Amino acid sequence: MYRETDIIQSADQSPEGDMIINVGPQHPATHGVLHLVITLNGETIKKVEPHLGYIHRSIEKMCESLSYRQFIYVTSRMDYLSAHINNHACALCVEKGLQVEIPERAKVIRVLMDELTRIASHELWWGAMAMDLGAFTPFFHAFRERETINDIMEETCGARLTMNYMVPGGVMHDIHPNFQRRVKEFLQLYKSKIHEYDELVTGNIIFQNRMKGVGMLSAEDAISYGCTGPVARGSGVSSDIRKVQPYEIYDKLEFDEVLETGCDSFARYLIRIKEMNQSIRIVEQLIDNIPEGDFQAKTKAVLKLPKGEFYTRVETARGELGVYIVSEGGTTPYRIKFRSPGFSNLSVLDKIARGGKIGDLIAMMGTLDLVIPDIDR
Amino acid sequence: MTNEELKAKLTEMHPEASFEEGGEWVNMVCSTGDLLSLMQQLRQEPSLSFDYLFCLTCVDFKTQLTMVYHLTSTSFRHKLVVKVKLDPKQPEVETVSAIWRTAEFLEREVYEMFGVNFLHHPDLRLLILPDGWEGKNPMRKDYEDPVNMIKL
Repeated sequence: MYRETDIIQSADQSPEGDMIINVGPQHPATHGVLHLVITLNGETIKKVEPHLGYIHRSIEKMCESLSYRQFIYVTSRMDYLSAHINNHACALCVEKGLQVEIPERAKVIRVLMDELTRIASHELWWGAMAMDLGAFTPFFHAFRERETINDIMEETCGARLTMNYMVPGGVMHDIHPNFQRRVKEFLQLYKSKIHEYDELVTGNIIFQNRMKGVGMLSAEDAISYGCTGPVARGSGVSSDIRKVQPYEIYDKLEFDEVLETGCDSFARYLIRIKEMNQSIRIVEQLIDNIPEGDFQAKTKAVLKLPKGEFYTRVETARGELGVYIVSEGGTTPYRIKFRSPGFSNLSVLDKIARGGKIGDLIAMMGTLDLVIPDIDR
Repeated sequence: MTNEELKAKLTEMHPEASFEEGGEWVNMVCSTGDLLSLMQQLRQEPSLSFDYLFCLTCVDFKTQLTMVYHLTSTSFRHKLVVKVKLDPKQPEVETVSAIWRTAEFLEREVYEMFGVNFLHHPDLRLLILPDGWEGKNPMRKDYEDPVNMIKL
């Protein structure tokens, strides 16, 4: 699977005493097919060079020949852990072009789904992160709660991973009659278990020692490299799109943007743990207040966007997702660009890893929370 | 700054620049030669301070390639779109990766997908496409792949 030229090129350029190590593309800690060519001097990392494209499907090109109703389904396959939020971003962008106002009920359902997705995504990250660092038990603890969310999703959307539930104009169909009851059950379950997360991992001294002071990222670098989401917020950069450019009903909800100033892996870890609690707060505010009414606005069967450019930004579990549609007035987009959070977050890996130890690389990569299909698209 | 204030300020700084109407943000069109100096000004001018390049991409309009830069400021939260029109036969433009580091990867993607040559880029190589990929740029409108093209 290695591209031969990569290894030879890098070896030629490196001075005496340096060693080239390939991590991936099938390494368990890369959670997908990411290939890193690492230049080492002893145990010290001199350079990390990501090689992408192992799961590139050219989603942007595909979208150019799909209609405005169809292309949304492809986007579930980008960041598969935030499928709802990807769909949401695309639906918002199409609605911006159509100038459709969507019903209140649809807005609330969308936000509920987004926040449940965010919790599920962070749960998986937490389990996988701990597993990368050698602890196997947390993975099962995380999946216990995550499966409950997946069951709720399955009941309403019919899918556990690629939901395809948000459509231009609202949501595809109404929530399942059991939805509210089961979400409340989940909230109870989550609250009775969340202390285990801190007891197992957060407060664990071995774990803390491996995370603190590792992968330092200054606020200036975070902005310059275009980092968003928990990665930027771990360096104290306010970047939550839900706060800085609110969409749907986020401006009416009570929640805090979590910021940490540690700038290291541990700060990024804490952000995600605290963000789950903020998402729980949002779900609690909304679950008993889903307004009655339509779940979808009336739209034409064939959607046509006026000539022009439309851009939406939303906050996924990994950071800022931007959808940029250039329309020539037809039924398909002329050009679509997905500004994926993972792509920019990966670009900073070389910066934070240089000078660190090879053993710490996994802790750095883990807290960047990379999802490879989101990077390659 | 609101869109109107921003537009007034930019017109004052660059009287020769033109603006495209429509869109929710200010759309500024500049020439290839002015791009680098304009971008440096946008980043450094304290009242503008565009420190975050949140999207960089290219659109193939067949008669021209348009580079699109979406900028925002983390302190003022105003947004600006800068566009540069390039000749599709020989697209060349200065890199902005020295100003915003995120541009380094984004420009590599545009380089392989659209064939835009970024002058003075520190590391202009293929990023996503496999090694040995020659000539053809998959995101161009005239791209035809006889082997793997999925006709939808």
